[in-house]
Amino acid sequence: MDTLKQGERNMEQDLENNVLAGNDAKDIKTTFRGLEAKNVHAWFGNHHALSNVSLRFPEQTVTGLIGPSGCGKSTFIRLLNRMHEFIPSAAMAGQVLQNGEDIYATDVDAAAVRLKIGMVFQKPNPFPAMNIRENVLSGIKLAHLKVADHDSIVENCLTRAGLWKEVKDRLNATGGSLSGGQQQRLCIARSLAVEPSVLLMDEPCSALDPGSTLRIEETIKELAQKIAVVIVTHNMQQAARVSDFCAFFLTDGGPGYLVEAAPTKILFTNPSDTRTADYVQGKFG
Amino acid sequence: MSATVTDLQQTTAIPEPTTPWARTRGEKLGTVVTFLISAIAAACIVLVTGLAGVDGFGLTLFVIFVVITFVRTIRLNAKVRKDEFVKIAIFAAAVLAFSPWMSIFASVIIKGAKGFRPNFFVETMQTTTPDDELNLGGAGHAIIGSMLMVIIATFITLPLGILSGVYLTEVRGRLTFWVRFVVQSMSGVPSIVAGLFIYTTFIDLTNSFSGMAGSLALAVLMLPTVARTAEEVLKLVPDDLRSASYALGARQWRTSLMVVLPTVRSGLTTAAILGVARVIGETAPLLLTSLSSNSYVFNPIGSPIGSLPTYVFGLLQIGTENASNRAWTGALVLMLIVFALFSIARFVGGKDRR
Amino acid sequence: MGDVANTENIPVPRELAVVYNRADRIFRRIVTSGALTSLILLGLIGMFLFVKSAQIFNDRGLSFITGSNWTAGSGDGVIPDDFSIGPMLTGTILVSLIALIIAVPLAIGGALYIEFYAQPKIRKVLSTLLDLAAAIPSLIFGLWGVVIFTSFGERWSALFNARFGWVPFIRVQNEIFGRSPFVAGCVLASLITPIITSVSREVFSRTPRDLVDTCYALGSSRWGAIRTVVLPFGKSGVIGGAMLGLGRALGETVAVYLLLNIVFRYNFRILESEGGNIASLIATKFGEATEYELKALIAAGFVLFMLTLVVNMLAATIVQKSTVRK
Repeated sequence: MDTLKQGERNMEQDLENNVLAGNDAKDIKTTFRGLEAKNVHAWFGNHHALSNVSLRFPEQTVTGLIGPSGCGKSTFIRLLNRMHEFIPSAAMAGQVLQNGEDIYATDVDAAAVRLKIGMVFQKPNPFPAMNIRENVLSGIKLAHLKVADHDSIVENCLTRAGLWKEVKDRLNATGGSLSGGQQQRLCIARSLAVEPSVLLMDEPCSALDPGSTLRIEETIKELAQKIAVVIVTHNMQQAARVSDFCAFFLTDGGPGYLVEAAPTKILFTNPSDTRTADYVQGKFG
Repeated sequence: MSATVTDLQQTTAIPEPTTPWARTRGEKLGTVVTFLISAIAAACIVLVTGLAGVDGFGLTLFVIFVVITFVRTIRLNAKVRKDEFVKIAIFAAAVLAFSPWMSIFASVIIKGAKGFRPNFFVETMQTTTPDDELNLGGAGHAIIGSMLMVIIATFITLPLGILSGVYLTEVRGRLTFWVRFVVQSMSGVPSIVAGLFIYTTFIDLTNSFSGMAGSLALAVLMLPTVARTAEEVLKLVPDDLRSASYALGARQWRTSLMVVLPTVRSGLTTAAILGVARVIGETAPLLLTSLSSNSYVFNPIGSPIGSLPTYVFGLLQIGTENASNRAWTGALVLMLIVFALFSIARFVGGKDRR
Repeated sequence: MGDVANTENIPVPRELAVVYNRADRIFRRIVTSGALTSLILLGLIGMFLFVKSAQIFNDRGLSFITGSNWTAGSGDGVIPDDFSIGPMLTGTILVSLIALIIAVPLAIGGALYIEFYAQPKIRKVLSTLLDLAAAIPSLIFGLWGVVIFTSFGERWSALFNARFGWVPFIRVQNEIFGRSPFVAGCVLASLITPIITSVSREVFSRTPRDLVDTCYALGSSRWGAIRTVVLPFGKSGVIGGAMLGLGRALGETVAVYLLLNIVFRYNFRILESEGGNIASLIATKFGEATEYELKALIAAGFVLFMLTLVVNMLAATIVQKSTVRK
C-alpha cells in the first residue's frame, strides 16, 4: 500500500515534469533511481518490431506490461536486460538506463548487466542436471561470484520465493520432482541469488494453474518491497491484481508501440485513450 | 490523469537501427592485426629453431595465442578469462579436426590433377604398365567396372529395400520385429566380412571371381542402408494422409502405392543415391570377390573385373612416381563421383521439403 | 442421475476382423516376400558365418581368441594347422581405441565450434565440409595416410619416444616409426571424426533454447552456458556418436591394411611398427588359404562381426534414449 502511494506520488511528479511522455526534461535535478527506457526501438533484420517506447520503472514497484499478442512486449522486455541481441538479425535504437547509466554503452559488460537485471521465463526451466540447492546457487557459480555462506543464500532466496518451507527437507531432490508452480518459484529463487535490483518476468504464470499463479503473485508483491519487478502478462486481471503501474502496448500491424502508461487503478478505471478503455473492458485482445 | 505518448510519436522521426553490442570495426581490425603479427612471429620462430613443417608452425601459433590471451585477460575476472581460454581451445580442436580433411581435399586435387586427362577416362591398362607416362593408358575399365557392379547391386537392393520399408511401416505383419532387428544388425557388418561371405559361397559355387560376386558383396552392404532409410522416410509420412485415403474408401494397396509412396518419392531416391555413394568407394569386399582387371570387361559373370577402388589400391602398392600419380587421379575421380552423388541426393531430397 | 455404470452389464468388446480383398492380399504378399527375402538374405549371412566357424571354435575353443599363432599346416599332418587371432584382436581394439581417444575431443570441440562459436556463413561452409568429409571413402584416407601423413606421424612419434620413452607403452624396440598403431590410429581418428562430430552437433543443436537463455539471463559467459546446460544435455548423444565411430573403426580394413605391418606378436607399444587388425588379416590371407584356413578366417570374421554388432547395438540404444527423452 505504501509503495503504491509512494509510486503514485513519484508518478505525478514525473507527469508534472512531462518526463513520462518522452521529452527530455530541461532540468533534472537528480538522476532517476531505477530502470528507464528512452525512445527505444527494436528491429529483427528489416522488420521494425517496436517503436519509440519510453518508460520508467521506479524502485520497489511492480509494473505490468499488457496488450494483445504480437505488440512487442516480450521484445521490449528482452531489450531491458540485453537478451535481445542474441537473435542474429537483432538491432535496436534508443537508450536503456540503469540508475542513469546506459547499459548499451560501448564498454559495458553485458553479463554484468544481466546480474543486476534478472529474468524469469514463461516456461519453468530449472536446470535438469542439478538438484534444488544447486539450481539456486547456479547463478552464483556461473558468474564466479565469491560468496561466503552458500547455505544462507539458499535459504534466503527460497524463502523470498515462497518455496523454502516446501523443499527445505529435500534440497537434494532434482528440480523435475517439483510441480510446475514450485519449479517456477525455484526459477525465481535462482534469479534472486545473484541479487538483482530489477526482476523481469515474461508471462511467468501462463503455463501454471490458477492456484500456483496466485501464490506467485503473492511472491511478486513481496519481492517488490525490495526490488523492482516488470511483468509481461496477457491476463488483465493479473495485471490489475499485482501491478502498481501498467503500460498498455498495441500494434496496428506495424511496429508495436506504447499507447498509455499509468498507475494501475487509473488505467483500469479512467484511462485517457479510448483504445485502452476498449482493451481493459475486453472489447478486443 | 495519465499521459499518452501517441501525440509525440507522430513528430519524432524513426532512428537508424544500431547494434551497440557488436564488435566495432576497430576491434575487428585489432584482431586481424594481432593474428598477422602472431603468424609472422610463429614463422620466425619456426625458421630459427628448426621446428619443422606445418604442424610446427601451427603449434607455435597456438602457443603465441595462449600467451596473448593470458596477457590480455590478466586484469579481467576469472569468468571472462576462462571463457577466452576455452574459446581458443575449442577453436584449436576445430582446426585439428578439419585440417586432415582439408589436406585430403587439397592433396587429391593437386596430385590427381597431373593425370586428369582424356585418356584416363577412355583407355585401359591393358597395354600400358603402371610406370609409363601419364598420357598413356587409363582407368576406363575401372570406371565401367565400378558402374556395372553398382548398377547391378542397386537393381537388387532397391526393390528389396523399399519393400522392406513398406512392410515395416504399412503392412506391419508378424515378422516386423525380426526384419527390423536383422536389418539393424547387418548394417554394421564389416565390409571385409561381407566380401568373405560371398567368397566362400557364391565364388565357391561358380568357381570364379566375377563382377556378379562383387555386386552381391556390395548388395549385402547396401541393403541395410537402403532399407533403414526407406523405413525412416516412410515413417515421416503423417498418418493423416493415410487416414484421409482410407476414409475415402481406398484399399491398402492403393493407399500405399498411390498416396504414401509418391509422397516420399524424392526421399526414396535419396536413399538409393546415398546407398550407392556408400558402396562405390568400398575396396575391401571387392578385393575378395571381383579382384581387378586391366582391360574392359562388360560381362559381369565369369571373370574378374576392374573397379576404381581396386585400381587405386593396386597402383598404390607399386610405389613408383607414375603409378602413384595414376592412383591419385583415380582417387580424384572417385571423390568427384561420390561428391556428385551427394549433391544430387541433396538436391533431390530438398524437393520433398514443402 | 450421476449413476456409476452398472458393473454387471459391461459388454465384452467385439472381435473385429480385418478381411483383405484379393488385390490387397496380393499386395501384402508381395511386400511380405520382399521383406522376407531381405530378412533371409541378411540373416543367412550371420548364420552362415556362425555355422562355418563352429568347427574352428569346436576344435580350438577359447585358444582361438587367446593364442598368437597363425600357421598353415603342411597338410600332411607333420606341421599342424595353428590358427588364432589373439594379436589381431588386440590390435583391432588397440588401434580403434587410439582413434577414439583422439577423435572424441576433436569432435566435441568441432561440434561446439560450429554450433556456438562460428559466424552463420562460416557455419554453413563448415557444415558442408563436414558432410563431404563423412563421404570420403576409407581407401582415400589410407592413400593420404601413407603418402602424406606418415612423415608427420614419424616426426611426432620420434618426439614422443624421445620425451616420454619412460612410459611403458610408448617406449619402442626398433626406432623405425611410421607403420605403428599410433600412426594408423591417427589416420583412423580423422576417418571417424566426421560422424562423431555430426551426431554431436545434431544433439547440441537440440538443446532447449530457454535453458541456454536462462544461463545468459543469470549473467553467464558462453562457456558457462555450454558447461552448465549444453554438455549435460548432449552427453548421451555424444556417447552414442562415439560408439558409432568406434564401430566404424573396428571394422575398417583398407586404411589399416595400408598403414600397419601385420606382425603376429602381441604389441601394446603404440609407437612400434607392428600390429594388425582382423580385417587386414582376412584381406592378406584369403588368397592362399586352404579350406581349413578359410574356415579360420571366417571364424575371425565372425568374431569381428560380433564385436562391431555389440558396439553398434549399444550405440543405437544410447542414441535412441537421448532422442526419446525430448
